[in-house]
Amino acid sequence: MEAQLKTQQEAISFDKLRKQQRIERIEAFINRMVRNKAALVGGLIVLFYIVIALFAPFLAPYDPFAIDLANKLQAPSLEHWMGTDDKGRDILSRILYGSRLSMGVGVVAVLFGAIFGVIMGMAAGYYGGWIDSVISRVLDIMLAFPGILLALAIISALGPSLFNVTVAVGVFSVPLFARIARGSTMEVRKLEYVDAIRSLGANDGTIIFLHILPNILSPLIVQGTLRLATAILSAAGLSFLGLGAQPPSPEWGAMLSNGRDFIFSAPYMAIFPGLTIALLVMGCNLFGDGLRDALDPRMKS
Amino acid sequence: MKAATKPLLEVKHLKQYFSMKKESPFQKKQYVKAVDDISFGVEEGTTLSIVGESGCGKSTTGRAILRLDDPTEGEIHFQGRDLAKLSRRELKDVRGDIQVIFQDPFASLNPRRTIRQMLNESMKIQDVLPKSDREGRMLELMTLVGLPPDSLERLPHEFSGGQRQRIGIARALSVNPKMIICDEAVSALDVSIQAQVLNLLKKLQKQFNMTYVFISHDLSVVRHISDRIMVMYLGKIVEIADKHSLFNKPSHPYTKALLSAIPVPDLDVARKEIEITGDVPSPINPPSGCRFHTRCPFATDHCRNIEPELRELDDGHLVGCHYAEKLSI
Repeated sequence: MEAQLKTQQEAISFDKLRKQQRIERIEAFINRMVRNKAALVGGLIVLFYIVIALFAPFLAPYDPFAIDLANKLQAPSLEHWMGTDDKGRDILSRILYGSRLSMGVGVVAVLFGAIFGVIMGMAAGYYGGWIDSVISRVLDIMLAFPGILLALAIISALGPSLFNVTVAVGVFSVPLFARIARGSTMEVRKLEYVDAIRSLGANDGTIIFLHILPNILSPLIVQGTLRLATAILSAAGLSFLGLGAQPPSPEWGAMLSNGRDFIFSAPYMAIFPGLTIALLVMGCNLFGDGLRDALDPRMKS
Repeated sequence: MKAATKPLLEVKHLKQYFSMKKESPFQKKQYVKAVDDISFGVEEGTTLSIVGESGCGKSTTGRAILRLDDPTEGEIHFQGRDLAKLSRRELKDVRGDIQVIFQDPFASLNPRRTIRQMLNESMKIQDVLPKSDREGRMLELMTLVGLPPDSLERLPHEFSGGQRQRIGIARALSVNPKMIICDEAVSALDVSIQAQVLNLLKKLQKQFNMTYVFISHDLSVVRHISDRIMVMYLGKIVEIADKHSLFNKPSHPYTKALLSAIPVPDLDVARKEIEITGDVPSPINPPSGCRFHTRCPFATDHCRNIEPELRELDDGHLVGCHYAEKLSI
């Protein structure tokens, strides 16, 4: 009875200890991030965009779709901070709403690429042999296409829409994730703790997802944030070419494309969406670089 | 006397070849003969050490017994079952009975799992205990290997090398194995820590009648822990004998050379040293006849042409040399 009570008390103190350790680890991570000023700025930029995307309806002063031909092509003013476009729609409101589309496409495309890429890469790296050969050749073929060209080919096959742009950008992210996953898996697979768990009789699924995946996650997360920038840029680029978001939707690339016709008479129509894209891409890149430094386990003393 | 007890593990004609990458499609397929036809047995509750230079196939032998690599040929009998022939599913039942402790205490523990997760998982995979009893068992294991109970919540990087090796031992013990393969288990540790871990292994052997296959290149360590010693050279057994017999009466020139390389902390002891020169030949094209002839100071034409069989010199002392009797004076 007394012994049981004692183990219970011990269990409680273990819980406390574990929580404390987790907090310590998170604190150490945040410390490293804060020390890197560029990464912090990048992180804040990304956070800022996420807040905008979440609260767009509350922040936007006007309806992004409301056409007001009487007020078309107005220069930035107190009423319309970023001016109005050729149909009299408030550019600021459109950019705020557009953040949902552009970032949504980016995030979904990266997730798509990451999930398929990691599964393919880990299978290749873990099993090796002919499985590795087949997967690696497929990836080589995908890598041989310039990304945007592959995306163009996919969209011309599937037809222009924002969803197809997401798929296309996702597809050309697959080989990047797959290569990182493959290389890291091959490295971790050789380690003795994988042999140890194999000698206990664990099945391949357990070994791959519970033991190898957590140990190769850092480079994948870093690649994910860096890739997010490229994905957003590519998606905007495809929309700019008229292959993604179709006219009324306030996608940034489409807005930029629309503004191109008025570049001399109303430059603000192109400048603001352009700046918005540039700032987000820069934020993602800075944040990704900072993450890489902070997540590298070798930096831990 | 020896024949009465049936060995727990009996390896027969084990071969482990690894195929090489072909450089051109016309090249004949080449194999690295890491282990080439070896047979030996280990009795329950005893320790068999496998010694030899790096690349002699000692670790490969261990990995084959564990079925971490599938052996090319041969039989591995363990408690009446041939491990070499078991399917993956059948193998899972046996895996709990044979466990492994690795050399590198920094690579053998998953850096992202706490000790509790590690032990819990082992017991879950092998289903050794109902969930409710695992907590107590984990604390028991920590006491057994001499770690404080709050170690369970910690991650591997919070421990020193010796402590990590104890964790490795605890993980191996968690599934109640009958045999543990120690693959260079103390080689990465400081001498003082080595002694602690070796004594722990010995204590566990006494307590649980544990059987060890102890793979090492360090003869002083081997001397401390073994009952029987098996010397390997280039994928073959050159000598296998009881510890005292081997140390007192080494019969193979290679064994003699190995033993004379152990430092003796006494200046007055005159020693007959046998030096061997050169490197181990490639296991892709091993030398003809006796594999050791390229480096053996006593080699004759007979050695170069005819491979010596492993033969019994004394009771339980086997040696693979044509001239073993003549050399052991």
